[in-house]
Amino acid sequence: MKPAAFDYLAPRSRAEALAMLRDHGDTGKVLAGGQSLVPAMNFRLARPEVLIDINRLPDLDHLRFEDGRMIIGGLVRHARFEHPAVEGPLGRVLPIIAAHIAHLPIRTRGTFAGSLAHADPAAEWCTLALGVEAEIVAESADRGVRCIAARDFFKTIFTTALEPDELIVETRLPVPAENWRYGFQEFSRRAGDYALAMAFAALRFDGPTIREARIAIGSVGATPVLAGNAASTLVGAHADAGVIEAAAAAARDEIEAGGDIHGSADYRRHLVGVMTERALNQALAA
Amino acid sequence: MKWVGRRLPRSEDPPLLRGEGAFTADLALGARMVAFVRSPLARGRILEIEKPETGIVITAEDLEGVKPITPRLTKFNYVAIEQPILPATFVHYVGQAVAAAIADDLAAAEDLADRVFIDIEPEDAVIDARQALQDTQRPVHPEAPGNVLVEAAVRTSAVDASMDKAARTVSLSVRSHRQSAFPLEARGGVAAFDRASGRVTLHASVQMPHMLRTGIADCLGMPEADLRVVAPDVGGGFGQKMSLFPEYVVLVWLARTHRGRFAWIEDRRENLIASTHSRDQYHELKAGFDAAGRLQALEVDIVANVGAFSCYPVTCGVEPLMALAEYPGPYRIEHYAARARGVTTNTCPIAPYRGVSRPAITFGMERLLDRAARAIGIEPIELRRRNLVTSFPYRTAMGLELDRASYVEAMDQAAALIDLPAFRERQRQARTEGRHLGLGFAVFNERSGYGTPAFAARGMEITPGYERVEMAMTPSGEIEARIGASPHGQGLKTALAQIIADELGVSTERVRIIAGDTDRTPYGWGTFASRSVVISGGATKKASEKLSLAIRSVAARLLQTPAEEIDLEDGAARARSGEASLPLAQLARLAYHQNHQFSDLIGHGLSVQADYDPAGTFSNACHAAIVEVDTATGGVTIERYLVVEDAGRLINPLIVDGQIRGGVAQGIANALFEEIVYDEDGNILTSSLADYLPPTMSEIPEIEIHHLQSLSDASYLEAKGVGEGGAIGPPAAIVNAICDALADFGVEIDEIPATPERIRRSLEARAA
Repeated sequence: MKPAAFDYLAPRSRAEALAMLRDHGDTGKVLAGGQSLVPAMNFRLARPEVLIDINRLPDLDHLRFEDGRMIIGGLVRHARFEHPAVEGPLGRVLPIIAAHIAHLPIRTRGTFAGSLAHADPAAEWCTLALGVEAEIVAESADRGVRCIAARDFFKTIFTTALEPDELIVETRLPVPAENWRYGFQEFSRRAGDYALAMAFAALRFDGPTIREARIAIGSVGATPVLAGNAASTLVGAHADAGVIEAAAAAARDEIEAGGDIHGSADYRRHLVGVMTERALNQALAA
Repeated sequence: MKWVGRRLPRSEDPPLLRGEGAFTADLALGARMVAFVRSPLARGRILEIEKPETGIVITAEDLEGVKPITPRLTKFNYVAIEQPILPATFVHYVGQAVAAAIADDLAAAEDLADRVFIDIEPEDAVIDARQALQDTQRPVHPEAPGNVLVEAAVRTSAVDASMDKAARTVSLSVRSHRQSAFPLEARGGVAAFDRASGRVTLHASVQMPHMLRTGIADCLGMPEADLRVVAPDVGGGFGQKMSLFPEYVVLVWLARTHRGRFAWIEDRRENLIASTHSRDQYHELKAGFDAAGRLQALEVDIVANVGAFSCYPVTCGVEPLMALAEYPGPYRIEHYAARARGVTTNTCPIAPYRGVSRPAITFGMERLLDRAARAIGIEPIELRRRNLVTSFPYRTAMGLELDRASYVEAMDQAAALIDLPAFRERQRQARTEGRHLGLGFAVFNERSGYGTPAFAARGMEITPGYERVEMAMTPSGEIEARIGASPHGQGLKTALAQIIADELGVSTERVRIIAGDTDRTPYGWGTFASRSVVISGGATKKASEKLSLAIRSVAARLLQTPAEEIDLEDGAARARSGEASLPLAQLARLAYHQNHQFSDLIGHGLSVQADYDPAGTFSNACHAAIVEVDTATGGVTIERYLVVEDAGRLINPLIVDGQIRGGVAQGIANALFEEIVYDEDGNILTSSLADYLPPTMSEIPEIEIHHLQSLSDASYLEAKGVGEGGAIGPPAAIVNAICDALADFGVEIDEIPATPERIRRSLEARAA
C-alpha cells in the first residue's frame, strides 16, 4: 500500500500555487487534508504525477461573514464546524452535519473545500452545498476568479465543474434568517461511515405556512440531488404529519438510486424517504 | 494471599503502552522488502508470467524442488490437495500469491510488482459452496470431482423414529456469511540468513512457531535444526495466524538462496483478500420436540465453504467436523443425525477463527429454540431449561463428555440480572410508543483445553495437543519457565506467573516466562483453541510442583526439617514449626554452587520439566442482549449486553474479562457488521475498510460480565478455556433479540450478519 512515485510541490503563496496548477493541473492533484486522496494513492487508484500541497498558503484558513454570507476559506477543516460558527439555523445544523463526517482525526485534517472538490456523492458538505445554494469560488492563474453555483458544480461522481488549473479559494453559504428551519439526517452502517442515504431539508416559514422548501439528497446516486417534487408539495402547506409523509414519499419516488454491497437501489430509495421525513421533522423541531 | 484469582494487571502491557514492543514490522528495518504479485482472477490457466527486465522477481520456476503444502486427514473421505508455494500452471483464487518482487524498500518492491504481467486464460469460477455442490462439471480441483474435500456423517439409531413421534418439529435454514479474523496487526515475516552457522531465523507474526518451523522445513527439504522461528510481539491472531502460508516459505527460501535478510509486511488489503477467511456455512436443521417441549431428535446438514485450499496443519476439516461433533452444544439430545461437508471453491482458503464453527452452530441451535418457544408460546429460557444438561458428567450423542458446568445456573443468573418480568413490561410500554425492544439469549458451551485425545478423533496426520513446560530456578533465585504455547496478546505470561508464584511462594516479579522462540522453548503447539491456560497452565502447575519438591528437599537438608513440613512463602523456605527459614536466592545459590551436597536429592541444578495432555473441558456461558430495532431503517442499537461466564477457576479475572470483551466485540461484528463479499466472478468486493466493516467503539456497548466457577477435575488447574466464548454467543443473542423485537411482525432472521437491509427485507416480506 505504497503510492506510485510522484513529485511533490509546496507553494508558499496563492500566486505560486496557481502557477503550479496552470503548469501541472492536468496531471497533478491539489493536496489539502489528503483524507481521500492519500488512501486512493496508496491503493494506486489515483496516480497523480505531481502533488501541489496548499497547506502552507497563508490566506485560505479563514471563516468570516460578509453580506449575510459565511465565507469558508479553502483550507478550513471539517472540525471547525463541530461547534456553532454562527447563530441561527445554519449555526445549529453545521455541528449536526460535522458529527457525521468520519472520525475526529479525519475531521481535523480534511477540509470543507477539499470535500467539495473531491465530490464524493456520500460527502455531507456536497449535499449541504446543494441544499443551501452555496457558491463555490474558484481561481486560476490565467482567468482569475469565478463563482460557481452548487447546482452547476457537481457533474458526476468525483467530477466537478472545476478546471484542472483552478483552486477553490472559498465557499459562500447564505446565513439565513430565523424564519428558516434546517434539518439533516443520514443513515450509515457504523458511526462515521459513508452514508447509505442522507437528506438535508430547509424550510422558510411565514407564520405556520411553509413559503419556501429545499430538500437535498446525498449518497444514493452519482451526485447530490435536489428533491424538487418533494419540496414543491410543501410550499404553501402547514407542516403536519400528513404533509411531511407525503413529501417524504415524493422524495422517495423521484430520486434515482444506485445500489452496491452496502445497500441495494430499492433499499436506498426507501431510506431516502425515511431520511427526508426525519430531516423535515428535525427542521420543524429546530 | 494467593496470586491465583487476583485481578493482577498484565505484565505484558506497560512496554506495549510505552511503544516499546517489538512487532515483526519493527524488526524489518534494513531488510530487503518483498511484495507479492497476486492473482487478479479467481480461476484460470497461467499462460505466461512476464518479468520486468530489471529487478528480482521470483516465480514458481525459481522454486524448483520446493514441495507444496499438503495437510492431511486420515478419515472422513478427505481429499488431499497440494497448495503450491507459487503456482506454475493454475490460479485458484483472487489474491493467491503468484510471484514475489524484491527491492530495497517497499515502495520500490510494489513498483516492481506492478510491472510483473501475469497472462491468465480465465475460466468460470465457482464461488458459493452450494453452487459448487451442484456444479461439478468443472471441479475446482480434479482430485475432488464433486468439490467435496471432507465429508462426515453420523446417525444414532432412533433418529427417524423419534422425529416421527415428535409432537412438534421445527426446521430452519441457517446462513453464516464469510468473515475475516481481522487481526489488528496483519501477517508478516523477516527471514535472516546467518553466514556463520548457515541457519535462518524467521521472525513472524504467528501463533504456532514450532509448527511453522516443521512446515517450512518440510517444504524446503531443509533440516529443521537450521531454522529458528520466533514470534515476537504479535498483534492478535484469532486463528488466522495458525496456518503455514506460502509467503513464509518464500521468505525462508529467499534468505537461504540469496544469503540475506528479507521481509514481507502484509498490508490490510492483502490481509482481507489473501490471508484466510472463515464462517462461510449453510446449515439445515430439523428438530423434534415432545408435547412438553423436550428435544427428542436433531438432524443437521452442514455445508462449509473451505475455499481453494486446505489449511495446514488443522486442514479444511476444522470447521465442518467441529460443527458435526458439537452441534447439540449444552442440550440433552439423545437422537442425533448430522452430515458435514467441506466444499472447495475459488475463494480464499478458510482457516480457524476464534470460535471456529461454534458461533454458527450456537446461532443455529439458539434460533431453533427461540422459534420453537414462540411456536409453543413459552419464554425462550423456559424451553431451554427443559432441555439443558443438568447432571454431570454427561455423554453426548457424539460421545463427548461434558464435565461439570452451570448451564441452567448461568442462564437463570442472566435472566435475573436482566429482570425478565420487568423487561417484558418495559417492552410492552415501548411498543405503545412505536419503539421495538427485544431480548435475546444465547446459552452455549465451549470445548476448550483439549489435547491429542480430542484431535486424534479427527484423524489428523499432524495431531496437536500436548504441552511441555521446562522450569528452572536460577542461581540468583528467579524462576524461568520455557513454554511451548505462544501467547500473542492473551496475557498468558502474567497468568502463568500467578500459578508459579503460588506454588513456589514468590512474587510474580520473580518469574520470567519464555515463549515463542523455537531455539529457547520445548516443542509445543502454540496458542489457539482456548487451550493455553488449561494445557500450558496445567503443565506449568505440574512443573511448579516438581520444582517446589526439589527446592523443599534442599531446604529440608539445610534446615534439618522434613521436606513435607517446609513451606515456600515470601521468597523463602520455612519450617512450618519453629523459626528456621532460608531465602530462596541463598538456597538456589547453594543448590548450584554447592551442588555436591544435594546432587543425591535433586541431581545437578534446580530444573524440571512437566507435560500435560488432557482430554478437554467445557466452559459455558449465557449471553443476553437487549436491542432496539429501528423498523424504518432496519438499524439495530444494542442497549445492553450481558455475559454470565463459567470458566471454572479464574487464574486472573481481569484477563478473563478482557478475553470476553474482545470476543464479544468480534461476535457483534459477526452478528451485525462484518461480511466478506465476492461477486460471481470471484472478485472480492470488501478489500478495504471502506467496505469491510469491523465495528468501532461507537458500535460496541458496555459489556457486563459476571462469573460462575464450576470446578471440574477435567482440568488440572480446575480452570477452563475462555479464549473463544466471547465470540460464540453474540450472533445468537443479538439476532434472537432482533426477532423478539420484531415478533409482532412475525420476523425470523436466520442469516448473519443481520444487516439493516436484511432486517428491512424480512419486515417487507412479512408485510407483503
